[in-house]
Amino acid sequence: MNSDKCCCKQSADCGGSSQHVRTLTPDWGVSDFLGMIRVRLGCGRMSYGMEPGLYAMGSPTPESPVLATANYKLTVDVLRRELGDRDLWLLVLDTANVNVWCAAGKGLFGTAELTRQIEATRLAQHVTRRRVILPQLGAPGVAAHKVKSQTGFHVVYGPVRAKDIPEFLDNGQDATPEMRRVTFPLGERLALTPIELRQQFRAALILVLALGLTPVIWRGWDQGLWNHGLRGAMAGVACWLAGCLLGPALLPWLPGRAFWVKGAFLGAALAAGLALTGVVQGLLPGLGAMLWLGAGVSFLLMNFTGCSTFTSLSGVKREMKAIPAQIAAGTMGLVLWSTGWWL
Amino acid sequence: MRYLKNVVTLQLNESVCIGCGRCVEVCPHAVFHIHHRRAVIVDRDACMECGACARNCPVDAVSVIAGVGCVTGLLNRALGRKGDCCCTEDSCC
Ligand code: SF4
Ligand code: SF4
Repeated sequence: MNSDKCCCKQSADCGGSSQHVRTLTPDWGVSDFLGMIRVRLGCGRMSYGMEPGLYAMGSPTPESPVLATANYKLTVDVLRRELGDRDLWLLVLDTANVNVWCAAGKGLFGTAELTRQIEATRLAQHVTRRRVILPQLGAPGVAAHKVKSQTGFHVVYGPVRAKDIPEFLDNGQDATPEMRRVTFPLGERLALTPIELRQQFRAALILVLALGLTPVIWRGWDQGLWNHGLRGAMAGVACWLAGCLLGPALLPWLPGRAFWVKGAFLGAALAAGLALTGVVQGLLPGLGAMLWLGAGVSFLLMNFTGCSTFTSLSGVKREMKAIPAQIAAGTMGLVLWSTGWWL
Repeated sequence: MRYLKNVVTLQLNESVCIGCGRCVEVCPHAVFHIHHRRAVIVDRDACMECGACARNCPVDAVSVIAGVGCVTGLLNRALGRKGDCCCTEDSCC
């Protein structure tokens, strides 16, 4: 086994396999932190990857466990941080730099890629037990029984969260029901909001500019911009923040099950708040704000279904039937809102 | 948090189930239990249609129309635009 590893490092003539085992350490450098911040903000996620293949953490022996994961660098970074100085093998699959959950949904983290890597890295020559631990969230892409029949490797699904892996390993590779449950706590929801905010930024900017500048037509620069326009722009910004930040944060406490319902409530509450603070003035514009903010926040929060970990495709398709109503309410709301400019 | 009621496409054919327990192992929302050495659906509405159970059932006892419930992705597809979902979209500078 060892001679096999050495040969690859020393010469290119290695029986057609250029696989050698690289090593990983648990420590993060500055660039790892900066990289994490960058991808959390939605920048360069699709190119934040690392070389697929077999890696050694610590000094693994042929008895050490094998963990498979995706080649999204943040995923591997979190794994090596959580696993500390344990001795184990890490089999990094080529998922086109996409994380395990998303890659499994697309079949990139899948049966074919797993069997390919098991063979390409000659995994069976490195370990005595033909057993590979996969993250549970990879299960939508991998058919464990097919991996077994094609490679002889038995697939064990590990916990959902990387932080539970040490306990899982110490428990004889047995995951508790809690370790198998996907949750969606506040911290996770908030971590997704920067991407949400920037995805909707352009639409929000258009709304803010339209609400801020159109009143000038009727009211002139002074009144139009600094009174009506400013208040409209504030309402527009509030809509964006409510749909992309406040809504995700308050998700469990908003009434209703459908996201569009939750969003409509939040938007209407926001309009009431703006009326109380004097940002919205008058009955018709107030009603209008209720409608367009309700529709806007409803739509934005409905988009958050894509990030959530408990919404189903069938459910989201049903929710999308609300889009015509959102468009109607939004249009009507904006018309009512504009009465404040010309009435 | 609970999502919509009576909407998912999950189906279990209990007569072919061999009680291996894979579906219980892979499901992130504890939808299945093993009861008298057969799988049963105990919390159908919790299913998020990820497809892990169907993919891993060795005897094809489970079926579900799996996919990512993502409005952005579904809208993009409906409008013939690129970007199948938020998780691969790279909205960079
Ligand atoms: S995976 Fe299939 S065979 Fe195994 S317990 Fe579940 S339904 Fe039954
Ligand atoms: S599709 Fe996913 S969430 Fe639904 S029952 Fe199967 S494993 Fe559980």
